[in-house]
Amino acid sequence: MSPKRDFKVVGHSVPKVDGMALARGGALFCADLLPDGCLYARVLRSPHAHARIKSIDASEAEKMPGVHAVIHHGNLPRVMRTTAGQGAPEPSPYDFTTFDVKVRFVGDRVAAVAAESPELAEAAIAAIRVEYEQLEALFDPRRAKQPGVPVIHDEPDCKVVIPIPYEPGRNLASHVDMQVGDMEQAWGEADVVVDREYVTQYAQHTPIEPHVCLAEPLADGRLRITTSTQVTFHVRRIVAQALEWPVSRLHVVKPRIGGGFGAKQEVLIEDVAAFLALRSGRPVFFELDRSEEFLSRTRHPMIIRLKTGMKSDGSLTGVDMDVLSNTGAYGTHGLTVSCNCGSKVLPLYRWPRIKFQAESVYTNLPVGGAYRGYGATQAYFAMEVQMDEMACTIGMDPLDFRLKNHIRKGETSPVFKALGEGSEGVEQSIGSTGLAQCIKKGARAIGWKRKRGKPGKGPIKRGLGMCTLMQGSSIPEVDMGAASIKMNEDGSFNLLVGATDLGTGSDTVLGQVAAEVLGVGMDKIVVRSSDTDVTPFDVGAYASSTTYLSGEAVRKAALDVARQIKKVAADMLGVSHRDCELEGGAVVAGAGKSVSLAEIAMRSLYEKDQHQIAAHASHITHKSPPPFSAHFAEVEVDCETGLVKVRKYVAAVDCGTAINPRLAEGQTEGGVLNGISYALCEEYLFDEKGRMRNDSFRDYKIFSTRDLPELVTILVPTYEPTGPYGAKSVSEICINGPMPAISNAIFDAVGVRLRTAPFTPERVLAALDAKGAE
Amino acid sequence: MKREISFRVNGAEATAVAGGGDRLIDVLREGLGLTGTKEGCGEGECGACTVIVDGRAVNACLYPAAEIDGREVTTVEGLTGPDSTLGPIQRAFVECGAVQCGFCTPGMIMSTKALLDGNPDPSDEEVRDALLGNLCRCTGYVQIVEAVRRAAVAGRDR
Repeated sequence: MSPKRDFKVVGHSVPKVDGMALARGGALFCADLLPDGCLYARVLRSPHAHARIKSIDASEAEKMPGVHAVIHHGNLPRVMRTTAGQGAPEPSPYDFTTFDVKVRFVGDRVAAVAAESPELAEAAIAAIRVEYEQLEALFDPRRAKQPGVPVIHDEPDCKVVIPIPYEPGRNLASHVDMQVGDMEQAWGEADVVVDREYVTQYAQHTPIEPHVCLAEPLADGRLRITTSTQVTFHVRRIVAQALEWPVSRLHVVKPRIGGGFGAKQEVLIEDVAAFLALRSGRPVFFELDRSEEFLSRTRHPMIIRLKTGMKSDGSLTGVDMDVLSNTGAYGTHGLTVSCNCGSKVLPLYRWPRIKFQAESVYTNLPVGGAYRGYGATQAYFAMEVQMDEMACTIGMDPLDFRLKNHIRKGETSPVFKALGEGSEGVEQSIGSTGLAQCIKKGARAIGWKRKRGKPGKGPIKRGLGMCTLMQGSSIPEVDMGAASIKMNEDGSFNLLVGATDLGTGSDTVLGQVAAEVLGVGMDKIVVRSSDTDVTPFDVGAYASSTTYLSGEAVRKAALDVARQIKKVAADMLGVSHRDCELEGGAVVAGAGKSVSLAEIAMRSLYEKDQHQIAAHASHITHKSPPPFSAHFAEVEVDCETGLVKVRKYVAAVDCGTAINPRLAEGQTEGGVLNGISYALCEEYLFDEKGRMRNDSFRDYKIFSTRDLPELVTILVPTYEPTGPYGAKSVSEICINGPMPAISNAIFDAVGVRLRTAPFTPERVLAALDAKGAE
Repeated sequence: MKREISFRVNGAEATAVAGGGDRLIDVLREGLGLTGTKEGCGEGECGACTVIVDGRAVNACLYPAAEIDGREVTTVEGLTGPDSTLGPIQRAFVECGAVQCGFCTPGMIMSTKALLDGNPDPSDEEVRDALLGNLCRCTGYVQIVEAVRRAAVAGRDR
């Protein structure tokens, strides 16, 4: 079967549908849309890592002129829930309420105000008197389950809402394990067993637009929330839960959003704005400042122990991965992020025996959450550095080692079925993979054979490293996306999707899928997304789902519309609908017979058998087909200063059909540079009281144009039979590569293994010193 | 102490009352409704608020509003031509895929404008230097640098 490849719109780098408006600086973001009379919200945050609130006196703040609402635990309902922004029922513990009687990290919420200016809100916050009973704090995740340590969630009403292990009394937010095969046999058969520990750090998404929302009471008693979110429909459900309202009274709209990367899957600020708007009866604007953004959600720091065995010919005998994930003060995404350490990483290689266990534990530190890569990032660091070491141990080229052991088309892994999202996963076999080609093309682009193993003379050494990766495309049997399409007089179409474009270009990609089916150009597709009153449902932008999942919903809806169009056209042309094709804005039926879409629309709306040509469709997936990628890093290590510079980076990616190659390249380049920045310099620093010391862009550096290495993206096309026009996901996979690829390149350059990230000059020098002392 | 100031924004006369700690970004966004200029960090580190004052790119979140008295300010809105046609830099950003979420875009475009006004044929090194104060988390900068190059060529061809 050779799939149709001569696409007219799909596979072409059409400009983003919102590109012009954004380049003009149009009023498109939440903060650009403030109505007259808008109040400003501000949150009082905990100065303590762990404390009980003995009393709150907000009377001074309440009396201040221009202050219209003050909320705290004493005047709001206590509704236990999670901020995770997942589908229902959530696999994250219900360990959170809008304001609690306890604070669990420095920066936790205590109270909030709405006032007529930001300055006044700040003054009102300062006027709130809080008496705390300080409690001993827990910062070390390795100590979390020891007897006698502080219990962070000792409230009696925290719980889980699906049957999963949860032991808050031991600070255990989640536990998952699986095993296939006898591990004694795995180590017994092995000629080489490697057993190492890897440590990753706290890091943040740093969307340039922080979390921001606007809550407006409407004349009919409803509340409209305009919010910078990845999960518009989950915001509606979760804010309704917090308010104890029916969802029908909420209208949630996503405007353009200034980046998310997972941080804005969290429903983190909308409840505060909603309560303040209802209390004051006025519109309330709530935007985190940069230091608050750092304390919003983070990438879970992890300690991963990895034990692997192989025979001397490089064939694998078994793997045992043990994950300790620090979920911080709340358990949001704790379970599923740690599941992903296994489910997105272990199937990449053909392990005959597999053991996996992962725990996430509470500490009195900032809260983990969804972050592009979602656990795979941390676990690929461990796996791919270890694969490099294993290959080097037996003198095999790490590239050949991967080529020998990676999963092939038609093969499966027991991990797919064993690990899901808080429950069993879904069995699947690989329907498409271009990994071997990714490895070969990437190797050529970096000069692997030519440059590897040649560190050079002098204090600055050069090295090459590589790694291979997979991810998934949506959560099978769980996620649902829907689309509806209607036809207008001029042969244009309104495409309504619940899917959330968080800057990735999904509005454009989904529009391209509709245009391809309907035989029109992008100028005939008007896309509207993510408005709970207007568009159909979609789970939102997470789990690398939108192109693969929502794209298929769009394709199905468009096929239905195409069928309806052909029916009208057949009648107009006096032919069978089976002979009709949609192309070039018309229906063509063989020799010289054609009718334009505009004529068809006019007839169906005004002239005969009048009806609205329209359709809607939903889609769930039964698979999560992995995209694959091979990454190559060329680095320079300055042995005198410890500074590591990436000179060149190549990412070869199999994302199936790239619906819009330029956008796919943009996803790859953005993910890679974020990953390089994470590998080399991004790291939270805390003082002894658990306060983040570097909560600004001045002290928490992310890469700028100055730090940009030569980035090469190679798209390796494959065709995924279950995806729209052969597409798989592309958004997350490439953030996972830089940390292991750079660590491996450092080894090639100077012979030391960096297993603790980030690879700062201090860590590199310490590793070089330790090697010198050997 | 607040006082009335008068200045030019995107070629038009404007006035505002400003003083003390008032910031240029607030005069632009709230006073004049020019919301194209974005605020990402409020501490002069991200560059989303970049505007041009008398030919020089500045961070509007740090720039004291009172200082623009008698000066010429250009914001992203000033680059759009009649009938909302995009200026050459804006067009290059769209065509090259340099716009992902678009939040850093106005600031990037203004830094580019300041660069190309003074140096119509910059080297890659000069492009990177000119944009190093503008953070983007979406693109990896590759398509942004490409857009600046294309805008430079478009500018020279005119």
